[in-house]
Amino acid sequence: MVNKIDDVQQDFPILNQRVNDERLAYLDNAATAQRPRQVIAALTNFYETDNANVHRGVHTLAERATKDYETARQKVQKFINAPSADEIIFTKGCTDSLNLVAATYGEENVHEDDEIVISVMEHHSNLIPWQQLAARKHATLKYIELTEDGELDMADAKEKITDKTKIVAITHASNVLGTVTPLKELADLAHQHGAVIVGDGAQAVPHMPVDVQALDVDFYAFSGHKMMSPMGIGVLYGKADLLRAMPPYQYGGEMIAAVHRDQSSWADIPFKFEAGTQNIAGAVGLGAAIDYLTSLGMANVQQHEQALVDYVLPKLLAIPDLVVYGPHDPAKHTGVIAFNLKGLHPHDVATALDMDGVAVRAGHHCAQPLMETLNLTATARASFYLYNTKEDADQLIKAINETKEFFKIGTI
Amino acid sequence: MGLSKLNGLYREVILDYANHPRNKGELASTTNAMTLHNPTCGDTINLQVEVADNKIKNIAYTGDGCTISQASASMMTEAVKGKTTDEALAMAKTFSDMAIGKKHDDADLDKLGDAQILTSIMEFPARIKCATLSWWALQRALLKDDKEENDNE
Repeated sequence: MVNKIDDVQQDFPILNQRVNDERLAYLDNAATAQRPRQVIAALTNFYETDNANVHRGVHTLAERATKDYETARQKVQKFINAPSADEIIFTKGCTDSLNLVAATYGEENVHEDDEIVISVMEHHSNLIPWQQLAARKHATLKYIELTEDGELDMADAKEKITDKTKIVAITHASNVLGTVTPLKELADLAHQHGAVIVGDGAQAVPHMPVDVQALDVDFYAFSGHKMMSPMGIGVLYGKADLLRAMPPYQYGGEMIAAVHRDQSSWADIPFKFEAGTQNIAGAVGLGAAIDYLTSLGMANVQQHEQALVDYVLPKLLAIPDLVVYGPHDPAKHTGVIAFNLKGLHPHDVATALDMDGVAVRAGHHCAQPLMETLNLTATARASFYLYNTKEDADQLIKAINETKEFFKIGTI
Repeated sequence: MGLSKLNGLYREVILDYANHPRNKGELASTTNAMTLHNPTCGDTINLQVEVADNKIKNIAYTGDGCTISQASASMMTEAVKGKTTDEALAMAKTFSDMAIGKKHDDADLDKLGDAQILTSIMEFPARIKCATLSWWALQRALLKDDKEENDNE
């Protein structure tokens, strides 16, 4: 078992390869993280020894698979400090979790002339479900704006959240600007006005300690794949009383208490929201990823990434003709760093960096309203994780300088 | 490898077209028009064509995008101006085929003029769409295929 964060690279076989004949610097972690051997081994072990469907068999493998699945749920509960494992619903991912809340809680509680409040920095997954809900219900969708620095404007939040507000849905950490929002403050504000708050933790849970009770969020969503577990598994946390009052999301097997010809009754939470065969192996993999993160310590993970930001952000800011979005103070910036080279489209930048072995994302990052607000069509984005090193950061800086040289930026 | 491989993609002539775009702007008189987006990166092309006597009398585009998409749009407008619509559609097909690695004979490729230089795009699969976007826009503008833009894949 690895305990030192400085030695984790050896746990990630995929990082040990050359891309375009260069050392791979994987800096696209905000899109998806890589998986350590421990997670891959947990999947192999599940499929080689325990695989069966859960909750509906009496044979030994079914019992083992059920235990594996429910143990994973308890690991998630503990990881985000939820009061009870019943409040942990497994989903396909963060998008699925957010759609679940919009389609159930939202459908029942948002009415004509009500308000839903989100922010301009939301990922499309925490935007479109609310936009469409508002349209269906003839409710109003309101956006909290940003400060100059790219942080959430709390003065504007106080204006936008009113007694008409039924739902406040805000990202915990931006997937473009690298800012962290004051979710607890927003939760208090929402609750003062009788609204519920939904936290989008996709870019937060993998990178920092998260305590849903301390945040006092009513719902909190995140994906497994950004925290080193398989794709196709995600989590929705919800307060038990809210979840119990909500109608099911989908209908089918597993989610029922009793079914008759003309009517049915529903299972208790969390099963009411887990219709059909679930991604059992995905949950097992998520449990293994949580074990891995816990063994390192989330405070250490956060500290490691912060040290990388402290190192790389000033170097990026020092490059002429390079623009960094979001706060320029490293203390206010997560490991998600969006940037552009003046006069060169980010797609060209990303292709050039790839030739130097540096994997970054280029595009609108599923945040088109934010791009519009920033008056941009796209940016490049480097995003760091616990296995990244100063060597990766140096490789990024070198590749950016070579890209500038190739396209002769700043010389014509 | 480093950036030397980029020379194949960003040939000087491509950079020249991107930096000094031809036919960029709006037409006074338009008979066929099409707007297409590349949803993965936000590239946009608004293409305007003036067709008279089955010939492309005038063509212009506006939009925003990467070096490859801008160069390709610029080259495409140069290549098809003055051609009949049938010729232009055949060229669009040649280009689309070329971008996905289908072979065409040299005579077909020659008709594309400078645009055939973008065959180098095949070495960069993630960028093929950047090069083909303007040719698809041309195809759809000429065919007046203005059905809901739901899939540019």
